[in-house]
Amino acid sequence: MKSPFFRSYAIAYLVFLYAPIVLLPIFAFNDSKVIAFPLQGFTTAWFREMWNDTTLWNAVRNSLVISVSVAVISTLLGLFAARSSTRFDFPAKAGIMGLIMLPMVLPEMILAMALLVVLLAVGVQLSLLTIILGHVLVCTPFAVAILSSAFQSLDQSLEEAAYDLGETPVSTFWLIILPLVMPGIISSLLICFTISLDEFIISYFLGGTETVLSVYIYGQFRFPAKVPAVMALGTILVLLSIVLLATAEYFRRRGIAKSGGKDTGGFL
Amino acid sequence: MSKSDAMIEFRDVHKYYGDYHALRGITATIRPGEFFSLLGPSGCGKTTLLRTIAGFEDISSGAVLVDGRDMAGVPANKRPTNMVFQSYAIFPHLSVEENVGFGLRRDPRSKEEKARAVGEALEMVGLKGYGKRAAHALSGGQRQRVALARALILKPKVLLLDEPLSALDKKMREQMQMELIKLQRQVGITFILVTHDQEEALVMSDRIAVMFEGEIAQLADPETLYRRPNSRKVADFIGTMNFLPAKVLEEGPEAVEIEAAGFGRIHVEASQVMGKTTPEGATVGFRPETLTILYDGNAATDRESMGTIDEVVYFGDMTYYDVRIDGTDAPVRISMRNVFGRPVLDIGARARVGWSPGALVLFR
Repeated sequence: MKSPFFRSYAIAYLVFLYAPIVLLPIFAFNDSKVIAFPLQGFTTAWFREMWNDTTLWNAVRNSLVISVSVAVISTLLGLFAARSSTRFDFPAKAGIMGLIMLPMVLPEMILAMALLVVLLAVGVQLSLLTIILGHVLVCTPFAVAILSSAFQSLDQSLEEAAYDLGETPVSTFWLIILPLVMPGIISSLLICFTISLDEFIISYFLGGTETVLSVYIYGQFRFPAKVPAVMALGTILVLLSIVLLATAEYFRRRGIAKSGGKDTGGFL
Repeated sequence: MSKSDAMIEFRDVHKYYGDYHALRGITATIRPGEFFSLLGPSGCGKTTLLRTIAGFEDISSGAVLVDGRDMAGVPANKRPTNMVFQSYAIFPHLSVEENVGFGLRRDPRSKEEKARAVGEALEMVGLKGYGKRAAHALSGGQRQRVALARALILKPKVLLLDEPLSALDKKMREQMQMELIKLQRQVGITFILVTHDQEEALVMSDRIAVMFEGEIAQLADPETLYRRPNSRKVADFIGTMNFLPAKVLEEGPEAVEIEAAGFGRIHVEASQVMGKTTPEGATVGFRPETLTILYDGNAATDRESMGTIDEVVYFGDMTYYDVRIDGTDAPVRISMRNVFGRPVLDIGARARVGWSPGALVLFR
């Protein structure tokens, strides 16, 4: 595309997408309670304030517990579903897989409402556990989608070759299947972790008295004085995301190099 | 049948996939040390039959015996057979030597002995020194060799080959055919090859089972299969054959007298008659190389017919002529070896066609 219009369109698009994120670190180090230009000088006070905030740490701990649990549970469930859908035939397969994938497109609001009503009616105490439950529902379809493509690209005769050479189905799984779908498993863990970490609606509806990071940050915006500290927190989250993505990309490329495949784009 | 006569025995093997009848009563015996081919078009059940030996396919009824032992209930990992897969199924995350030594994982031998076995297996397939390479970095022909070494290192009673050469280019394929034949003679293991390539089957096999629609149509050595196919279908699948309608004039226990348009009255020995006797219609089959175009000065063969050249296809070493014999509607194909000093004839030229009654096959 040589046209100057497309060129400026592309630039405008990228600026719109990423400029707000660049503002996070700028105001996190700005020595003013007001989020506005011109900048007032350099300070690390907001990071200190954030660091000493015990409710924040509580929210971070809750979020980590939830996201790690959700990543592991969803990926495990995804493994089962992906394996059975790519390898076996069973009655009503298409329908069952469709229902598993449905939460991906279902409005979260509806899910959260329905879950809340049911949980309250059954008499379950709202807690981190109920948030995990809700998140697993939302994350499992993503895990299934990622892992299905990993299983689909697996030549079925690899498995047969391992049986043929004397291995049992169990040892074949450990020796052949698992190593070859490992890049998919890592992708799935990372995606589920990320989705769970910044999920808001379900966490807000099903959290009860427990607060997670996303809900905490949203709450802080009600107090203008707290906003710069939130900016500091945001800056750290951006850094962590970059580290996480880089790690994921590293593993993905290593997986491709190891199995001799061709690089066809990002890990999503 | 005694144990030494049959390495593989199929006893009325049937296989159903739901309503689909994939194997329809296969009964056959494969001898020890034989290079045996299952040949047929795609969907004829040849791969399914091979997979029943490996244990990847359950049979619906009948029995599959390997070296006298019924394989019913024996899982694939406990069978004395190994397989070379169509896709080679090389483990992409392992090195060449890890691939080749994969089947030795449960072998009680020492590490050094296993490493020596891997080295020997690699040397046998011409991949000496390739052990440390990553499997995915190999070419198609090299993968094929790794797959062979990996299967043969376990010294199976039977090696199963599922279209192992179909992914290679023509030159490489012909080279591998020769190497496989040599390898099989060297190790003395029974090889069972699945292929849809009739030429490959003819070149490599001691015996061939031609399969159509889940049944073995003919089981014979390559020469019998080529010269005495037992049905039009087999004749058509193996090489090229000209078919001409014929009328049975007289029928005796040792010979049949027939008449074919353009060829006149022909005396056919009973050994040339294929199929059950039916009163009227019969078909005469001629291989293209059993018909000869006679040049001036050439002595005639047994019999001679006149025709007009319809089409000329020049192959360098060979020329194919489609010749319309006088008094017939459809042209017959004649293949002629090109000899120095002998001109290639033109379309429309008149030709004398020499032939011999002993070369034809009569299908009833």
